[in-house]
Amino acid sequence: MTAFIIRRLLQAVLVMLVVALIAFLMFRFVGDPINQMVGIETTPEQREALRVRLGLRDPILVQLARFIWNAAQFNFGTSYQFKQPVSEMILQRMPATLELSMVSAIFALIVGIPMGVYTGIRREAWLSKLFLTVSLVGISLPPFLIGILLIFIFAVNLQILPSFGRGQVVDLGFWSTGLLTVSGLKALILPAITLGLFQLTLIMRLVRSEMLEVLRTDYIKFARARGLTERAVNFGHALKNTMIPVITVTGLQLGSIIAFAIITETVFQWPGMGLLFLQSVQNVDIPIMAAYLMLIAFLFVVINLIVDILYTVVDPRVRLDGGAAV
Amino acid sequence: MSDPLLQVRDLVVEFPTRRGTLTAVDKVSFDIAPGEVLGVVGESGAGKSLTGTAIINLLEPPGRIGGGEVILQGERIDNLPQEEMRKIRGKRIGMVFQDPLTSLNPLYTIGEQLTETIQTHMKLTDAAARIRAIELLSEVGIPAPESRIDAYPHQFSGGMRQRVVIALALAANPVLVLADEPTTALDVSVQAQIIALLKKTCAEHGAAVMLITHDMGVIAETADRVAVMYAGRIVEIGPVREVIKNAKHPYTDGLMASIPSLTHEAERLAQIEGSMPRLTAIPDGCAFHPRCPQAFDRCRRERPELLDADTTQAACWLYAKEEAVT
Repeated sequence: MTAFIIRRLLQAVLVMLVVALIAFLMFRFVGDPINQMVGIETTPEQREALRVRLGLRDPILVQLARFIWNAAQFNFGTSYQFKQPVSEMILQRMPATLELSMVSAIFALIVGIPMGVYTGIRREAWLSKLFLTVSLVGISLPPFLIGILLIFIFAVNLQILPSFGRGQVVDLGFWSTGLLTVSGLKALILPAITLGLFQLTLIMRLVRSEMLEVLRTDYIKFARARGLTERAVNFGHALKNTMIPVITVTGLQLGSIIAFAIITETVFQWPGMGLLFLQSVQNVDIPIMAAYLMLIAFLFVVINLIVDILYTVVDPRVRLDGGAAV
Repeated sequence: MSDPLLQVRDLVVEFPTRRGTLTAVDKVSFDIAPGEVLGVVGESGAGKSLTGTAIINLLEPPGRIGGGEVILQGERIDNLPQEEMRKIRGKRIGMVFQDPLTSLNPLYTIGEQLTETIQTHMKLTDAAARIRAIELLSEVGIPAPESRIDAYPHQFSGGMRQRVVIALALAANPVLVLADEPTTALDVSVQAQIIALLKKTCAEHGAAVMLITHDMGVIAETADRVAVMYAGRIVEIGPVREVIKNAKHPYTDGLMASIPSLTHEAERLAQIEGSMPRLTAIPDGCAFHPRCPQAFDRCRRERPELLDADTTQAACWLYAKEEAVT
């Protein structure tokens, strides 16, 4: 088990190095950073001096090594536009994005799994058919449209929920949370639904198809023949067997939720990393883009590692130290 | 003779389809005495397994019981509500399935599956249920049951898993065990062991066995009586010795003649011309008449009931009493 985790960690480092290379290349190919920083009236001599001072005249490999070294210490330089350290700006906005992502992921799981189980067990019930039809909406409508629709209904027409922002936040030192105030919670509802709806329908359909698959297996028939209660058969035996693909997809989707919170954050003007990233794209603020790229890659790598470890918790056959057959 | 343990009366299993209802098991009647081993033989598709599945009321939709009665210890069980029927499954009727590799849930240890079954039907503490599980495992010949109880199904071989399945079927001391092709998926070398084990443990627990198989050798060694099925009907039923040595029905006769023998050397095995009719095209009268060498006019018109034929009962007009023919 330990060897397995160490091997996975080494692979993770490799992935991060490759991503760092790509992020670094952005600096080289997306325009001249000096042009972004200085005004028109700067003389060529001053530009050259700045270039040397920033280390842009050093050999590329030296620059790359410096970039990786800095990135490993969570130092991504200074934003061209805001003239602030990038890592500080990202840390400021990270709680907003992570809270939004976690809440929508939990929402998607808590609603999606039971709906999937229900539609899998009661295939013919009208409620199942309703769920499936509605889930088509969740899959086919783009999130920004859903967000705007929700704003239209709940913020504009009914005026019961705010249409933008995070509401009142409580600062806990390095983490500012909106989960502790009523206005913060209210502000979270619409963006969380918008962001989680696609994942919810995905999880529901996945659980449903896995349930249908598992309920056909011999061990479920045998569990029934042993006289186990419907509850034990459906939840103890069937649901647990659907969990491997659900964990995989949920893990990957969690990464996507964080990465693609961009759109939802823009629609709801949510002060998170996604909104920051979108602004940085508009301003060709490469340090922020590079940092964001590295951060998202890091999240995916960590989530994948957790998913792999969870497999072994759920399925004994994946456990690498398991005994051999008699 | 004592009262029968299980009475099956005119049992019909049917499948509604778009082109009309197909009758897969057609008015099957038989008794099983307490402690008796009844073998059920027939070709694939003769309705053997469906008969067993119908008794325990686990037909897969759209299959359903279309008529008849199943009476267990004087109590009619075919029309019980699901919850009542569930309490009979495992508790009074145990079941052993064909493929031990897929009968056990891969995510639970065999101990968990055993204690779960035991505690569903008996009020036992966790510790007492575990002790009983270990006893059962040792009874079915699992070596070192105290340690193997915490192993997962994939850590056992096929033969060992079928032993576990037998232990599961016997977990709550049922009065009847339905064994549906319990050796078909096993290596030839362990088939005999499993059959001997099944017979021995069921005898020790005082359970009657309905042994469904297409292997006449297994029946000859194990069963007290045998029922021969053809196209969803019982064509002959009687003591195993009589049916094998002295078959009355032309189909049974043909079936016995087709078994290769160690003592007689033959160029070709005897065979019955033609094949079993499809469910959509079961002929009028006796279902076997198109293939029967002794068929006469009445066989084409009227379906024969089981008639006394010396030592066995055969569904064949050859054994109609003289006065009945007129």
